[in-house]
Order: sequence, then C-alpha cells, then structure tokens
Amino acid sequence: MAIQRPLSRVPMEIEEQSDGDLGAKRMLVNFGPQHPATHGTLRSMIEVEGETVTKMELEIGYLHTGFEKLAEYRSWNQTVTISDRMNYLSPLCNNIGLACAVEHMMGLEITPRCRVIRVIMYELARVADHIIGVGLQAMDLGAFSIMLWSFIEREKLYDIFEHVTGARLTTSYTRVGGLFRDVPDDFEEEVRRFLTAAYKTINEMEGMLNENKIFRDRTIGINTLTREQAISWGVTGPLARASGVVYDIRKQHPYLGYQDYDFRLVSYTQGDVFARYRVRVEELYESLKIVDQALKNLPKGPINVGDPEVVIPLKNAKNNPQGGMEGLIYHFKNYMHGHGVQPPPGEVYHATECPNGELGWYLVSNGTDKPYRWRVRPPSLYNFAPFPLMCKGGAISDVVSGLSSLNIIAGELDR
Amino acid sequence: MDLQQASLDLVKASFPDEVLGQGMHANQQWIEIRKGRVLEVLRALRDQLQFEMLMDLTVVDWLGEDKPERYSVVYVLFSLTHNQYFRVKAWVSEDDPVIDSAVPLWNSADWAEREVFDMFGVRFTGHPGLKRILLPESYTGHPLRKDYPLTGRGERYDFPKHSR
Repeated sequence: MAIQRPLSRVPMEIEEQSDGDLGAKRMLVNFGPQHPATHGTLRSMIEVEGETVTKMELEIGYLHTGFEKLAEYRSWNQTVTISDRMNYLSPLCNNIGLACAVEHMMGLEITPRCRVIRVIMYELARVADHIIGVGLQAMDLGAFSIMLWSFIEREKLYDIFEHVTGARLTTSYTRVGGLFRDVPDDFEEEVRRFLTAAYKTINEMEGMLNENKIFRDRTIGINTLTREQAISWGVTGPLARASGVVYDIRKQHPYLGYQDYDFRLVSYTQGDVFARYRVRVEELYESLKIVDQALKNLPKGPINVGDPEVVIPLKNAKNNPQGGMEGLIYHFKNYMHGHGVQPPPGEVYHATECPNGELGWYLVSNGTDKPYRWRVRPPSLYNFAPFPLMCKGGAISDVVSGLSSLNIIAGELDR
Repeated sequence: MDLQQASLDLVKASFPDEVLGQGMHANQQWIEIRKGRVLEVLRALRDQLQFEMLMDLTVVDWLGEDKPERYSVVYVLFSLTHNQYFRVKAWVSEDDPVIDSAVPLWNSADWAEREVFDMFGVRFTGHPGLKRILLPESYTGHPLRKDYPLTGRGERYDFPKHSR
C-alpha cells in the first residue's frame, strides 16, 4: 500500500495585508491543540489585526476515537462503557441518557426506585460538570482559587460516584432496564453532607465573582450569541438559555419523572459570557434542590425491571421464583453471544438534558443484540461550531474567556 | 396540535410524488422521501410548521438490506414553538451519493454535513466548505460505512514515522 504523506494541517491563509488603524499587519495566531486554556484538544487558527480577531477557523478531530463504529460491534449493554468515555466531566449523564433511549425504544418502564436514583446521580453529575465549568472559567480569567475550590467539591462528588458505581470516571452505572447495583446504605447521609458543603462553596464562588470588577469587565458583553444565531446553529443547554432560548428538556420533554420535581428553568437574554456563568451557577442551586427532593422521596423496592429476558434475576435468592437454576439459565442466555437484550426492529431519537445541552441518541435496531446504528447527537459539536461567529470583532484575549464559557468536552466533540 | 401528523399531511399534500413511505416507532413518526426536492420539503416544514431547529443530521448505511436505496440521510427537526420533534429521511443511492445541502436553511447543518461526508462519503451540493472534519485530510475511505472493517486496515502503520 502506497504511503501517503499527511497533508499540511494549516487550514487557512491570510487573505489580504491591509494596514489597520495603527498600521498593524494581519497575522495568524495558532491556539491549541495543546494549549492549556483549550481544556481539551481543539485547535483554532485566529487571524488578528492588532488585537482584534478578524477571522477564525476551527479544527477538531484530535480526539476522534470511532465510538459510533465501535458500538456497532457491541451488545446493547456493552455500549454503556462507550458512552461514559465520551464525556470526561459528567459520564453518568451519558450512561443514563443511553439507558433511557434504549428503554424508550423497547417500551420498558423502569422501577420507581431506579428512576429516583437515576435522577440523583444525573443531577450530581450535572453539579460536577457545572462546578468545574465555572471554576475553569474563573481560572482562565485569573481567579485561581475558585478553580481549586471547585475541584475540592468535585473530589467529594467523585468519592460518592466511586462508592456507588465502583469507579470515579468510567462509571458505566446503568444497564438496560435498571442499574448495575443499588446505592450503598449510607448513601443519603453522604450526599446530604455533600449538599451542605457544596451549597456553601457555590455561595462563596458567587461572592468572589459576581461583583468582581476584573471578572465582570472580561465577561459582560463578550462573545455574544443572539437568540436567532443560537437557534440556527442548533445551540442548546446553558449557552442557549443564556441567549434567551427558553428550552430545557427536563421541563419540555420530562423523562425520569422530572415533572414531579420543583425546579426553575434558568434563562437570561444577554447571551454573553457573564450570562452563561449566571445560568450555570443558578442551575447548580436548582440541581442541589432536585437532589434534596429526590433524597426525601427515595422509594424502597427493586432497582431492576422484573423481565428476566432483559435483566438477569438473582441466582441465589431464596424466595425468588426465578432464582436458582432458572436464574442461571437466564444469566447464560443474557450473556451469550447473539442473545441478551434485543430491542424490536425500529429506530428512536431520544434526547436528555445533559450539562452541556441536548444529548440525543439516534438508535437503529434490526432486532439483533447489537445496534445497527448508534448515533450520538453531541451537544459540544453544535455548541462549538458558531464559536468563530462569537469571537469575530472581539479582542484576542476574549477568545479564551469565550472558549471556557462554552465548556467544550473534546471527547464528545470528536467521539 | 399533533405536529407529527401535521407534518406528514403537509409533505404528502404538497409533494405527493416525492413521498416513498412513512414509519412510526415508539410514538415517533417519520416520513421517507426522494432526495430530489429535499430542500423544498425541509423549507416547507421550517416555514409553515415552525421547525426552527435542525437538531441532528446523520446517515444510516443500509448495505444489503431491503431498502429503497443504500443510504438514508436523517434530518431530526425540532420545533421550539410547538415543542415537538419530527424526522425526515431522504434516500440516497450508492452510485450517486449526492444530496442538496441544508446549510441555506439551518447553520447547524454545516458541521453535521461535514461529519457525514467524512464518515459515509455522502456529498452535499451547495455546502460552503465540504471537507473532512474528524479524520485527517489524507485519510482514504469512510469508516462508518458497513463495508468498512472494524479492524485490519492498519491506518496507524501507514503514516510515515517522523525522525528527529
């Protein structure tokens, strides 16, 4: 096979050398993919005139892993492990989103306890994502201690995740029709301790940033995205809500019983970096509120659906009619190649509100135990595409401020 | 208002020759059309039924299946006004994998179409800059096609080694 040299990775050239106001020449600045302020491997080629950004081109794909291809060769339950590797800030959201999509396709109704545990884990993952998002945003503007505070809270959350799922990052907590295992006995106490501490920390973070002159000067009116632009570019999540798009799937298309919880849809109209920061911070409080309500109403009962074709029954349960020998048979059938979870032929698009926006799964089944098509609608891809539009005409230092407000997850962007 | 039914009715009434079929699964409906006037169909849906957002655009490769053509380009439309989804599928043949670009209607189609081109090799006429997005420019082949193997192509070994 003939060896082909990789082409040059420079995507753009300077168009014209015009003298600006101060006689400044246009020049190209390369930002990323290894720059620490990109928080992921993304690359932007920025054309500047003096300090003003005149043109910008993005290059992504440095973290492309072929997840969608891999998933076509795995059984439905095995794809859960792929879903959490896509998102390194809130992997639990991806686990739960995928499980919900497959269950929607199969028409499975999960148990009440499973639903509430999923809501708790979903919102804790949202807290982990948003708190790091705000912390890194502050760090990129020079407020280093806020980042350290946010990492302390995230560390506590990861301890909870480790206690519940057995892993800090690669959680793989959900199974089709239920969960990998029940929460530990001291779960409620542990989460309550976190809620108190997190509430205090978020309050302190807000106190440091809200009236901070440097932070306000570098965020208000910066990197503005209008409502029309957000809609046309398919922007969702905190970014869209900061631009006046009143859309939250938890409110509009409730899943996991979100309609039973009392929380507010946070929305701003300015569309700048400060509005995005405000949306994230206020959503943190709303998430803590949801977790608190869910903990109060955590029902007792099974965590998995009773269908032994989907979830393996306990093998050694004494009073379980499907235990013992029958359980062993189902265990074998569930894990044998070509058996296991087999959704009926069909396709579904199911979206959940992950911390960065609409995380959609377009799943196609042909009736076998493996997905025929396993498409992820990554929020980061659609949120990142209009970035040159936001930066154009602004100062080059605001590119960093804007990029951290997008909270791009490169693993999800490139898949 | 059941927007999915309204969308089906609109497409069937305005473009009767274009419709190839319709489907429903888990309470979600979609319509299947020919690729020829796909832009007009999408424009009618956007302007008359307020589908302001193109949530996702992707392709399914139906190699060897009993389908009208090999590729189905799937448009996931979302209406903020009515808060409902609808899917449009346009069938694209294996010999001529070309379809009109949806960038004139929604900007979100820009990167989505580049990704589809990268992964499936379906080309979009009228796209402002159709080039690979996730894979390097020198890459040959389109990995998400069903006839592309999961392993064994050995791309990693084909790249030249850089010596210092």
